[in-house]
Amino acid sequence: MTTGRPPAAERPGVGRETRRRGREGSAWWVYLAVAAFAALIAGIFLSVLFNSFAATWFGGWLPDAYTTKWYRFALAEFDLARVLGVTIVVGVAVTLASLLLGLPAAYVLARRTFPGKNIVLMTLILPMLVPPITYGIPLAAMLYRLHLGGSLAGVILINIVPALPFVVLIMTPFFEQIDPNLERAARMLGARLFRIFTRVLLPLVLPGMLAAGLLILVRTIALFELTFLISGARSQTLVVALYYAAFAAGIRPSQSIDAMAVVYMVTSLVLLLTALRFINPVNMVIRVKR
Amino acid sequence: MPEIGAPRHRGRGLDALLLAPAVLAVLVLFIIPFAYGLLLSLEPHGVLAKGGPLANYAAFFGNPRERASIWNTLRLALPVTLIDLAIALPLAYRLRRPIPGQRVITALLVIPMTLGTVLIAEGMIEFFSPAGWFNKIALALHLTATPLQLVHNYTGVFISLLISDFPAVFLVLLGFASGIDPNLERAARMLGAGWWARLTRVTLPLLAPGIAAAAALSFVATFSVFPSAVLVGQPAGETRVIALAAWQAAYERYDYSQASAIAIVMAAIELIFVAGVLVLRSQAYRGPTLGGRA
Repeated sequence: MTTGRPPAAERPGVGRETRRRGREGSAWWVYLAVAAFAALIAGIFLSVLFNSFAATWFGGWLPDAYTTKWYRFALAEFDLARVLGVTIVVGVAVTLASLLLGLPAAYVLARRTFPGKNIVLMTLILPMLVPPITYGIPLAAMLYRLHLGGSLAGVILINIVPALPFVVLIMTPFFEQIDPNLERAARMLGARLFRIFTRVLLPLVLPGMLAAGLLILVRTIALFELTFLISGARSQTLVVALYYAAFAAGIRPSQSIDAMAVVYMVTSLVLLLTALRFINPVNMVIRVKR
Repeated sequence: MPEIGAPRHRGRGLDALLLAPAVLAVLVLFIIPFAYGLLLSLEPHGVLAKGGPLANYAAFFGNPRERASIWNTLRLALPVTLIDLAIALPLAYRLRRPIPGQRVITALLVIPMTLGTVLIAEGMIEFFSPAGWFNKIALALHLTATPLQLVHNYTGVFISLLISDFPAVFLVLLGFASGIDPNLERAARMLGAGWWARLTRVTLPLLAPGIAAAAALSFVATFSVFPSAVLVGQPAGETRVIALAAWQAAYERYDYSQASAIAIVMAAIELIFVAGVLVLRSQAYRGPTLGGRA
């Protein structure tokens, strides 16, 4: 035998369980690696969480006393109410706009073959492959030239760029899964195109739309670079405000910055965990061919 | 409009109409800005205006401090990409067949990706600070005599990239690995191939497109590092990365022309890397990954 595994696992007639374990090897090291990664992430996030509630924290493992005053401080000092408002408006507007633009395209790409389809698909996916800061600088320069710099409209426009490819990437397989016979049947029964779309297709892709929408919302809220390049003092989203606060650390107590970080973390986590109920995380990065 | 299926040519017109909004949006918000940036970079401003269309590029490569930003970025992006690939590869390969808790594991990995680099950086400032938990544990275990300086330098940015880049690398590899028919490896084993032969002759060649995709994605993402280079790095010195150089040109010197030139240089380097990966990839095995079932 060339492997270091027990030869029993290779011989026929051994129990199915044993054989499987012999073939695949045990997974303890996977759990170990994941636990290490989880511990690191937990350490990083819990440091922020504990610090945000710390009245004082001198050298001990945990804060000496707890308080919620840093949240009230952050609310006033960072204009958190407005920042949250801007974040929600931008997130929702970007999500709706990119769904509206991307859904029809995803439908055509799922259903039809036509000359140049690959070129169209590549064009639509392209912004996902280029990092935001790379195209963001010329794009921001152009938007400033068009007097959209610093405005809410500018922030929304610039954030549609990475969101749109995402809609196409996620929604195309959802449309592919719908049996084309359903549309044919509806058409035979006299339904017009608009009716087919609203009464047959939309209800069927609703779960996909919900998942794509939630993920775009989370990603838009988390995407720092583009908003950073275009936003003004009154059009900052939460993550940009957090960056400026962390950048100017030392001016304000670190606990108040961490309080803002916790608000950001909780907002994103709730949305993300909801989205993960609907969709396989692998699809967030690439489209898996089955 | 006829009652039964519309004629083909009518369908084509409708298809174009449905595609148009998305394609136009990408054109106006992505392709035209790139062209605009390219043209802008060829029209130097201020003192560079006399130097001809390439003066911005000449100024960038002629200034040692500006030029160094490329190296500052490469010495982060290349090792981070390699290390994340080396960690993610065995994990993704093992997880191509579900194990208990798979969903929790993938969700756990996705969380840092979604929360983004700014939050990770802010958390790292606390966690890795001299009085933070990490140094407390290291001191308690006698791994070090004095607290380690892990933020506000190269190490800080390196760690933050390692964390924020890992999930995407892992998920790409997992996507590709789960597309490989396990029977191919079983067949190799039956034919007498040892684990090393199976790894190098079957598994890795089949995974090559996934490795290429993950490497390209990871390099491009880490090469454009920005917020963590400022927050947990040393933005005036060893972690003055190329994105920061571009940003400073635009927002500190208000020279969008120079900033666009740096952004174009950044895009060009990313393109060269991706092209290099694709060339390497084309040398490797091409074909079905589904064995007899394909």
